[in-house]
Amino acid sequence: MESFTKLTSRVVPIPNESIDTDIIIPARYLKATDKVGMDRFLFRDWRFNEDGTPIPSFILNQPRAEGCKILLAGKNFGTGSSREHAPWALTAFGFRAVISTSFADIFRSNALKNSLLPVVVPADVHEELFKLVEADQKLELTIDLASQILTLPGGKSVSFPIDNFSKQCMLAGVDQLGYIQKQDTHIRAFEASHPAMVVTTAK
Amino acid sequence: MAAPQTLFEKIWNNHLVIEEPDCPVVLYIDLQLIHEVTSPQAFSALRDQGLKVRQPSRTVATADHSIPTHDRTLPIADVMAAKQIKQLDDNCREFGIPLHGLGSPNQGIVHIIGPELGLTQPGMTIVCGDSHTSTHGAFGALAFGIGTTEVEHVLATQCLLQRKPETFEVRIDGVLKPFVTAKDIILALIARIGVGGGVGSVLEYTGSAMRALSMDGRMTVCNMSIEGGAKAGMIAPDDTTIEYMAGREFAPKGAAWDEAVKRWKSLPSDAGAKYDKTITLDASAMEPMITYGTNPGMGIAIGAPVPQLSEMADESSRKALAHALEYMALEPGKPLLGRPVDVVFIGSCTNARISDLREAARVIKGRKVTPTTRVLVVPGSQQVKKQAEAEGLPKIFLDAGCEWREPGCSMCIAMNGDEVPAGKYAVSTSNRNFEGRQGKGSRTFLASPLTAAASAVAGKVADVRQLI
Repeated sequence: MESFTKLTSRVVPIPNESIDTDIIIPARYLKATDKVGMDRFLFRDWRFNEDGTPIPSFILNQPRAEGCKILLAGKNFGTGSSREHAPWALTAFGFRAVISTSFADIFRSNALKNSLLPVVVPADVHEELFKLVEADQKLELTIDLASQILTLPGGKSVSFPIDNFSKQCMLAGVDQLGYIQKQDTHIRAFEASHPAMVVTTAK
Repeated sequence: MAAPQTLFEKIWNNHLVIEEPDCPVVLYIDLQLIHEVTSPQAFSALRDQGLKVRQPSRTVATADHSIPTHDRTLPIADVMAAKQIKQLDDNCREFGIPLHGLGSPNQGIVHIIGPELGLTQPGMTIVCGDSHTSTHGAFGALAFGIGTTEVEHVLATQCLLQRKPETFEVRIDGVLKPFVTAKDIILALIARIGVGGGVGSVLEYTGSAMRALSMDGRMTVCNMSIEGGAKAGMIAPDDTTIEYMAGREFAPKGAAWDEAVKRWKSLPSDAGAKYDKTITLDASAMEPMITYGTNPGMGIAIGAPVPQLSEMADESSRKALAHALEYMALEPGKPLLGRPVDVVFIGSCTNARISDLREAARVIKGRKVTPTTRVLVVPGSQQVKKQAEAEGLPKIFLDAGCEWREPGCSMCIAMNGDEVPAGKYAVSTSNRNFEGRQGKGSRTFLASPLTAAASAVAGKVADVRQLI
């Protein structure tokens, strides 16, 4: 996993609330058996016509979206399916952080495992950010993971929550699997004292 | 005396491998279900790291999402789907995982075959790379959807890193009116709490209305817990659960059965156990429900008008409603009842069990579906299909003009070519009405099998009570 420390970037605002995983990446693009090129499918049906031509009014097709690493999304982002293709598509496009008022549980968990930072802000800050970004499209935000601070250009800052374990993994760029593997003695002890309830291989 | 515990807490505590300070807990997983869509990258990651599957015997696979539901003797036309299904075959063979794939008498939607094979049992922790894993909570199991990286974690270690969710009691008392079903209960709940209402929580459904539901109905309710944003939904095991389990292929037998039943009976929440949140609903006040918008929280009673923008609590919700109604090409203030329907889909992990098909058949029997409405009936598994055949249900559907298909996720997720055309309206017994969910540009009304069947006959959104 890529490490995430500090990020300063312009912002793509998509204010729709409860953006679901089928919007982020429609199911028909889930037939891939690898993670290659997922950026092409990001927001596919809002971004492209049936024939594949871009829809100019959609923000990701506008010059202002180029190089943006922060997505400012409407309330309650990532609802719906468990598809990790959603954070794969977002990161492949170049996003490293999504700001919203809340995140669906599975999306949040998936994002954290792909070095995509879910930044939860209070509703009033969320509203203010949309106003600021609309007023100044070149506005840059800074997200510092170590201090858990989101800083606005005027110097105003707001802290955001993240569990310490996920934070340390992201700062160091390490996959969480290693931690579980280190608990092997405990896992063995658990298995020894908890016989399997089902054996799927039994004939 | 130990503090009273909820059903969730008992299962959680019983699966803790280790909990270190400032770290998530390591939770043991009793059963992982695998399907073709969310597993290939996990198996590739194992291969890249030279890892094995730790417990193939606590893992089981099937193919459901991208498989065709027409004649299975033909090769799969979609090259990518065919590749994905072959990869599942190869991965299962290489890593020693039992696969109920195409051609198996046990093939079916992953959340339908787990329970019907008796693999899903009370007190277990169950995961799958699929959000509707919450279905299995109907048995008093802790079951939730995970991403592909977590699928890899469980394959490699049989464990997951987890933070303890909150507990949220959904208490539903009262007796449902005739023709009001489990699907209506869950749509009514989500309309009430919203699609984010359960975020960070595990729901436990309690109350006399839940006790009165069959296992099939309980699975429908738990299945859509995720649509309310919840991590999982659970119902304490009782005699209905135990009766369902008895004799299932993978259910315990003999002395092990007696021990298991004793263990299951100790699972229900203790008297005085505390939940972080509680909500109460009255089943007797519920109506058949239908959704009008682009998330499952946008639901109304079948006869009610689509809400007005002015009824929304804030600007963000007003915009969300306006956007949804534009996509759906619906007007606020007008009822859905009587609106022509192009497609009816009876299927999915929400409503493709035998009792769902029986309910639909009860409405359709002796009638014809409207010729301009395409009606797909897709059983949830080969076992459901076989049972339906034994009861003569396919003939009822076929005589009425419906399509009777092979088991799979089909038009719920529209990955396999079963799609609602752009701009067309579907009444669907599935779980999601998201934009494009049933095909690019598709417009979905979620409802119960009874409402779907009535709408198929009428060719428009219909109230089953006016038909029967």
